[in-house]
Amino acid sequence: MTQAQLQEGANLPALSEEPGVRKWRDYFSFNTDHKVIGIQYLVTTFIFYCIGGVLADLVRTELKTPETDFVSPEVYNSLFTLHATIMIFLWIVPAGAGFANYLIPLMIGAKDMAFPRLNAVAFWMIPPAGLLLISSLLIGDAPDAGWTSYPPLSLVTGQVGEAIWIMSVLLLGTSSILGAINFLVTIWKMRTPGMTFNQMPLFCWAMVATSAITLLSTPVLAGALILLAFDLLAGTTFFNPTGGGDPIVYQHMFWFYSHPAVYIMILPFFGLISEILPVHARKPIFGYQAIAYSSLAISFLGLIVWAHHMFTSGVPGWLRMFFMITTMIIAVPTGIKVFSWVATVWGGKLRLNSAMLFAMGFVGTFVIGGISGIMLAAVPFDIHVHDTYFVVAHLHYVLFGGSVLGIYAGFYHWFPKMTGRMLNEFWGKVHFALTIVGLNLTFLPMHKLGMMGMNRRIAVYDPKFETLNFICTMGSYLLAVSTFPFIINAIWSWMYGPKAGNNPWQALTLEWMTTSPPAIENFDKPPVLATGPYDYGMSHGDDEEVEKVPLSDEREPALAAGPNSALRADPDPKVAAHPEDRK
Amino acid sequence: MNIPSSIWTLLVGIVVTLVSLWYGQNHGLLPAPASDEAELVDGLFNAMLTISTGLFLIVEGALIYSAIRYRRRPGDDSDGPPVFGNIPLEILWTAVPAIIVIGIAIYSFDVYNSIGGFSPHAVHDAPIGEQAVRMPGAAIAATLSDTPPSADPNLNQEKSDAAMQDPATAAVRNADQIPQRRNAPGVGVVSPTIGASPDKEGAPPALTVNVTGLQYAWIFTYPDTGITTGELHVPVGREVQISMTANDVIHAFWVPELRLKQDAIPGRQSEIRFTPKTVGEYKLICAELCGPYHGAMNTQFVIETPEAFEQWQKEQQVASRDAQQLVAMNSADLSPAEFLAPYVSDLGIQPEMLQQIHHTHH
Repeated sequence: MTQAQLQEGANLPALSEEPGVRKWRDYFSFNTDHKVIGIQYLVTTFIFYCIGGVLADLVRTELKTPETDFVSPEVYNSLFTLHATIMIFLWIVPAGAGFANYLIPLMIGAKDMAFPRLNAVAFWMIPPAGLLLISSLLIGDAPDAGWTSYPPLSLVTGQVGEAIWIMSVLLLGTSSILGAINFLVTIWKMRTPGMTFNQMPLFCWAMVATSAITLLSTPVLAGALILLAFDLLAGTTFFNPTGGGDPIVYQHMFWFYSHPAVYIMILPFFGLISEILPVHARKPIFGYQAIAYSSLAISFLGLIVWAHHMFTSGVPGWLRMFFMITTMIIAVPTGIKVFSWVATVWGGKLRLNSAMLFAMGFVGTFVIGGISGIMLAAVPFDIHVHDTYFVVAHLHYVLFGGSVLGIYAGFYHWFPKMTGRMLNEFWGKVHFALTIVGLNLTFLPMHKLGMMGMNRRIAVYDPKFETLNFICTMGSYLLAVSTFPFIINAIWSWMYGPKAGNNPWQALTLEWMTTSPPAIENFDKPPVLATGPYDYGMSHGDDEEVEKVPLSDEREPALAAGPNSALRADPDPKVAAHPEDRK
Repeated sequence: MNIPSSIWTLLVGIVVTLVSLWYGQNHGLLPAPASDEAELVDGLFNAMLTISTGLFLIVEGALIYSAIRYRRRPGDDSDGPPVFGNIPLEILWTAVPAIIVIGIAIYSFDVYNSIGGFSPHAVHDAPIGEQAVRMPGAAIAATLSDTPPSADPNLNQEKSDAAMQDPATAAVRNADQIPQRRNAPGVGVVSPTIGASPDKEGAPPALTVNVTGLQYAWIFTYPDTGITTGELHVPVGREVQISMTANDVIHAFWVPELRLKQDAIPGRQSEIRFTPKTVGEYKLICAELCGPYHGAMNTQFVIETPEAFEQWQKEQQVASRDAQQLVAMNSADLSPAEFLAPYVSDLGIQPEMLQQIHHTHH
């Protein structure tokens, strides 16, 4: 089957009364529309986020007091293992894929992803994998060797739970590989005629970088997990020292994926922030090319830093120095992004709505995580704080203060496009305030805890740390409370919110040049670029005109007949452009 | 009167610098250092924290200032100025972080070297060819069989063998179950870790202690005196070498006041060297997840005067004979609870915990 045929198959009209409105059933079906799949991803992963959050609060409840008085130590280990696995593999990574699914075809003016069925397959691997993982809790043998699952510990704890964990992560890894192939091919081959790489929205650049890392590193994790499964189930000794195996080899293989994975978890949201800041600051993004190429630099450097997780386990001194230097160099492209974002905001006309607040909160808290990351790269200091709450604080500032705030910013920014309705701003700001306070209350004290001597993954701790732990626990409850305004706001606004219109933020990227929510095939005709994605402030006092230009009805034939014109041909005459005309 | 913005920038810069310098020295985030090495690490951390504080203040300050100063006024629907970039500015903020991280990297390198990270004993000059020849059954051996064996003794192997044959721990290490890695090319049997600091290079450590981590206890043996104990005692001011391994899963030896941490890995030897500086009682913690009772796996680490250390050694030599009689029983026949019973008083392990330990092996 050719790409064009696949594309055609993906664009078969769904039954709907008005543009973009779909039946609720579509969201529970093997639908191949990228927008349905994007929303399936986002809603499913958000549900997993809530589950992972409940687990986190159970962990924090145990840690409210120094003794083990809430759950048994075995259950405690299962709780934090599942919390981490769910948050990483079932929330942040697939949430990035959810935004990419929804936004990439719209942003590049395509009808759908390159491989719509593959896209649906990639999504439908996630719910079974998640349910499989959570089922381990119900059968009473949840994995409890940490999300890193280091052997030999993972080989001597519960066998069933560990096998379930391996199977589940393998499924999720496969899903993200399939997604990455789709994003790369879509961005490479299906941009609207005339859109060069340097006119692409920065989110697409971020997804190119993310997908490259996913394709290069995820198979290595699969290799490590399959070998671990052999050790666990078939009695081989790849990593088991009792048979001469080497547990350090597992760590190398695991981190070869799992360090790049933190960039899989943050790069998409770097991209989202680069989209959101210029729209609400009403200024062009500062240093477009610097931001675009720094994503690629991070993606490349991210592949050669993994051993910084192993400074205390057993790598030679010269290797520690090598990985220290590569890790520190990542601070340079990351710093370029942060300074560019600040410069974008500087001197603009900031609309401080919920999306913008979350985006600026992202920059502000991510900086803390980034700075502590440089400290962790310094070998002598890392030797002191490795495996302590300092690391827990660092990774939560990056993954909560970064990724999760980025996801929220994206939710608030694109909710009008996805649903055609506006979110309530007041409750959005309440959500933001609670989240920022809760997040700093929870994770800031952990820096000191770690440095003073509290190691991670423990259910009992020295009573001298009780006060700070109590603050952390209260912060985590506040974080739990903070999600309620969002959930209620999202559900209520989706049903009853005020109508949004096509372009409520007066943005310039292509996804805003179609209806809200977009029709099945996104655009009536392939859109033609007339402005760059961030040309704010270019035509003083004449904004209205700028908005209309990109969707010029006067398509230039030369532009339309690009190398992939088969994919961009006029809509099939048998398929009406407007769903209401369809029989 | 209108103050020029360059004056404001200068003033803000001075204030940020002063605040950063003050906070970098007065943060109170670390426990008091108890070894020579810890003070070097603290110096590095203070320097990093000074720079970090400055960066933090600049970025957060710019964001908060923008949010207040540049917020959209009601009724103003115009756009901001179309500024797409500024090449000199971008070069500047690429160069400045690059120079900062290069500076931190050089400083870290220096500290790492000073605490012994590059000691030839730690990063052993593993002669790869020779090891390949010695590895039985290795395919590479045939191609390298012309290479004459190196005359240099393999210190790693000797050390490992000596530690494994140490009678005090042979019984508690399941050495027959976990073969120690032989000369793996480039890695060595001893995991490369923190060795002697450059000024003490070549000299043997004043005191050697062998450490075994097992779920959920540390066992220390002093090869010079044959003492076996559950607490680590060292005399102040004399360089100590800790050789460690683990019995079952990975553990990590950590004393926060020493700023030193090293994984104890089953099948490998690893070592750290340090010079205790401050007399006191500290906590020795297992920092690597080793099972449900990981949080309870800690013990006393005592730095004492040489006289007190001598005294302690004398007491232990008596107690240690009893302990050896206990471990001379076939430990494989004992349940973990029975096996650990002699150590309970030393280790501070709760009886309830011991009862639960056997549940952890499914």
